[in-house]
Amino acid sequence: MDPGNYIILSSILFCIGALGVLLRRNAIVVFMSVELMLNAANLAFVTFARMHGNLEGQAIAFFVMIVAAAEVVVGLAIIMTIFRTRRSVSIDEPHLLRN
Amino acid sequence: MRSLLLLAAETGETGGTGEEITFWICGTLAVLGALGLIFSRKTVHSALSVAVTMINLAVLFLINEAPFLGLVQVIVYTGAVMMLFLFVLMLVGVDTSDSFIETLKGQRIAAVLLILGFGILVIAAVGTALDGMVSVGLVEANSLYGGNVEGLAQQMFTTYLLALEVVAALIITAGLGAVVLAHRERWEPKLGQPEQSVIRMERYKETGEHPGPLPTPGVLATSNAVGTPALLPDGSPSDLSIPGPLRGEIHSRIPDQPQEIAADVDEVRSIASGEETERPEILNPISGHEDPEIEEADDERGEQ
Amino acid sequence: MNLTSLQLPLSELPEEPVEALTGTLPAEAAGGYFPYMWLLVALPAFGALVLLVGGKRTNAWGHLLACLLPIGSFVLACLLLAQMMGAPVEDRLVTLEMWDWTFAGMFDVPFALRLDQLSMVFVMLISGVGSLIHIYSIGYMAEDPDRRKFFAYLNLFVAAMLLLVLANNYLLLYVGWEGVGLASYLLIGFWQYKSSAAVAAKKAFVMNRVGDVGLSVAVMLMFVTFGTVTFEQVFAAAPEAGDTALNLIGLALLLAAVGKSAQFPLQAWLLDAMEGPTPVSALIHAATMVTAGVYLIVRSNAIFDLASIAVTAVLAVGIITMVAGAVIACAKDEIKKSLAGSTMSQIGYMFVAAGLGPAGYVFAIFHLLMHGMFKADLFLSAGSVMHGMKDEKNMRFYGALRKVMLVTTIAFICGFLGISGLPPFDSFFSKDDIIKAALGTNWFAGVAAIAAAGLTAFYMTRMLSMTFFGDKRWKEEADPHESPSVMTVPMLLLSVGALFGGLFFVYVGDIVGWLDPITGYQPFVLPINDTVLEIVTLVVVLTGITLAWRQYASRPVPQQPPQQVSVFTTAARNSLYDDAFNEAVFMRPGQYLTRWLVWFDNQVVDGAVRGIASKVSGAGEQVKRLQTGFARSYALLMVGGAVLIGVVFVVARWL
Repeated sequence: MDPGNYIILSSILFCIGALGVLLRRNAIVVFMSVELMLNAANLAFVTFARMHGNLEGQAIAFFVMIVAAAEVVVGLAIIMTIFRTRRSVSIDEPHLLRN
Repeated sequence: MRSLLLLAAETGETGGTGEEITFWICGTLAVLGALGLIFSRKTVHSALSVAVTMINLAVLFLINEAPFLGLVQVIVYTGAVMMLFLFVLMLVGVDTSDSFIETLKGQRIAAVLLILGFGILVIAAVGTALDGMVSVGLVEANSLYGGNVEGLAQQMFTTYLLALEVVAALIITAGLGAVVLAHRERWEPKLGQPEQSVIRMERYKETGEHPGPLPTPGVLATSNAVGTPALLPDGSPSDLSIPGPLRGEIHSRIPDQPQEIAADVDEVRSIASGEETERPEILNPISGHEDPEIEEADDERGEQ
Repeated sequence: MNLTSLQLPLSELPEEPVEALTGTLPAEAAGGYFPYMWLLVALPAFGALVLLVGGKRTNAWGHLLACLLPIGSFVLACLLLAQMMGAPVEDRLVTLEMWDWTFAGMFDVPFALRLDQLSMVFVMLISGVGSLIHIYSIGYMAEDPDRRKFFAYLNLFVAAMLLLVLANNYLLLYVGWEGVGLASYLLIGFWQYKSSAAVAAKKAFVMNRVGDVGLSVAVMLMFVTFGTVTFEQVFAAAPEAGDTALNLIGLALLLAAVGKSAQFPLQAWLLDAMEGPTPVSALIHAATMVTAGVYLIVRSNAIFDLASIAVTAVLAVGIITMVAGAVIACAKDEIKKSLAGSTMSQIGYMFVAAGLGPAGYVFAIFHLLMHGMFKADLFLSAGSVMHGMKDEKNMRFYGALRKVMLVTTIAFICGFLGISGLPPFDSFFSKDDIIKAALGTNWFAGVAAIAAAGLTAFYMTRMLSMTFFGDKRWKEEADPHESPSVMTVPMLLLSVGALFGGLFFVYVGDIVGWLDPITGYQPFVLPINDTVLEIVTLVVVLTGITLAWRQYASRPVPQQPPQQVSVFTTAARNSLYDDAFNEAVFMRPGQYLTRWLVWFDNQVVDGAVRGIASKVSGAGEQVKRLQTGFARSYALLMVGGAVLIGVVFVVARWL
């Protein structure tokens, strides 16, 4: 099985995730797109681990998962806090840092 | 499916055909899920699409000789992270939907072009770099310490020990952070039941607002849904009796003709008071026509 | 060259060329009065200091002190002269080193005084004529409340001029040069409340300054070429320098001399300088300061001998001014302005003589000495006339003054005889020598000199007849009276010099023999016979006198200048349009230039600065638009950056 295929799949998923970040306005959807990008990276890591024959890639993918989990926790807490005050989860809303 | 996967995982050198078929199916589904994420109008649909993608990725991990990671993916990502997302979605409003009108000028086109460019770049680069490369396979690495899990454990507790500890601290900090962020400071004392009823009475005194509980939803023969409104004594439906999120949609659930029911009620009254002697027409409840058989039965009863 | 017996026996000019001396004797070795020669400068300087610093307290006796000090210098000068005359010729060049003045690397200039035959002549002239004019000024400025200041400035002038001629190097000479320029400015503008005087002072100073640039450049060039500016060393090294360097130095020195001596093209200030009090005009603008230029050229003869272009330039300048000055003098109605034109012309004679090379240097100095005496005499007489006519300056309102002011008339007539060239008075010797030397070297110069001699006679006779002869043309309130003796005695003393100076210096003093160790001498060859030349000159002079007499003494002189005159007269009345020329060529373009520079500074320089500032802020405004505040725009930019980096990597790998 050509490992290149996995990498290409990972790239495609990454790009779709990036598109989601850029095009969607709902904060939660944006966040999920970021998670998708992280997962795509994980896939790449695992594939490389297999390619080179050692488990370091998997270890790194594991760490990525942990950190992503932590990040999700904090990020969602922030979204909740903002939602409480502004009653909106659009990421276009807070644009006070302009000009 | 499971046996196939386990077989693939244990043999290491995953078979060409099996792996390929799995890859193509799971890969396609993963991409479709991703597309669903970005193209869904409702947020809940996006969340569920992501979950689909993640499960498929877990399978891909499994066939990539990373069984531990695949299962961790299911447990942690799909199970924990995505559920967390869904909880927050519920809190925010489960039926929120994005309008698809783009407010920033040129954002859509620029984003598509750039991402396309990026994708082509990466794929071309990787394709050139990995041309003709064959993976070494993890059979040896996995069996070095007697299994994938043991191998990973070996990596983590020796080479990456420091990173592990730091990440552990990170997770704890993140949890604490979430607690702090979600904390709502109570500026006034918590209102218990006695205080609440006092407040209610005061409000009734001032504004005439009804102090009692809200009416329960009405359940009539036509429907047993929680969205059916109760009827007030004058026959009009009561908005208050329906749970909040469903309030806008009651009009499709009320019985069809309030006037008909009122007519029925009058009839019953008149019969009960004996004014009306003529029997009302009895209609076949199913066909809606007069039923001569029932009329005959009725006549007989009346004669007796 | 020997002359035939028909003429009066004139100077015994040497037959062979004479080389200039170069060795110098230190003052201590010379002994006698030489070590005290610094007192020559110090005495008047002290006077100036006391009078200026002392202020009003010295009003009562200040002018007397100021008179005594130059007299003291004169006495010392006489003693030094006696000593010098007693010494052998090689010992006559004495240097007094006073202290180390500037030393900057190679540029080592001492504060040293040099007394030789040339300086001696000047020292005598300056201190002698200066003292007489100081005495005259006691009377002339008797009613002026600022008399003390006047004497302070006069003393300052005498000190500076003495420093100029006694300096041992060009830099110290420059100090004296500037000092006399300053004194001239202060004295011309002495009556500050008169705006015409203030303007004239400024004009004189500025035009002097233009010339002074020449002296600075010369000093710099000398340093670059010779590495030193001391006279002995420069003159010794001159033959080794290149032609270009010598010519440039010569031209620069000429520029300086032209500015100070009011020669063409920097002559416009001299006529305006007559705004100052008459003693000032007599001392500074007749006898001494304006002769500083001639001194400079003659002193630098070692350079000019080797710089043919510069020497030709000197000659040209001299010829032009000699003729132009005479023409202007013929048409001016104010007595002092006419005399100023005469000064220009006579100094032109000296420049012509200096421009003839070794053949003429001694005659330039000789004529300078004569001119100092008779011109001072003429100016003092004019001052006496003005004093008596209540400061009326226009000769058309004089006339028949001989009947009232006899002493002044006699003094003026003596001066007139001195300048005219009639034998056996001053100019017969000095001017004729110049004419002969000129003819011997360059026939054009000679002819011009003869023509100028005729013009000189003409305008002097004109002045004489308009002022002292003819009919009375006085104004209503005029009350002419003779001047007090404090004024007339100096005039008469100078008249003696004007009459007999020539005879004295040729027969008793032998000026040529005295000077030629310093300047060198080259005999000249005349194309025509001596005697014939003298007779021709005499005829020209007499013609001039007769014409003027007929015009101004025999016929009545109109009180308003006649308007129907030839174009030459109009031009001469307007000083040959020199002011108009200066204004058109220098002043107006200069004003345009300054105005344009201001515009340039405002628009271009400031504009560039402001333009840069506005461009930067404009760029800032454009960049500001990137900050939309939307997280998604920023994310887009990030992706863009990532794509860019990726492209760079790929391309780098490719290449």
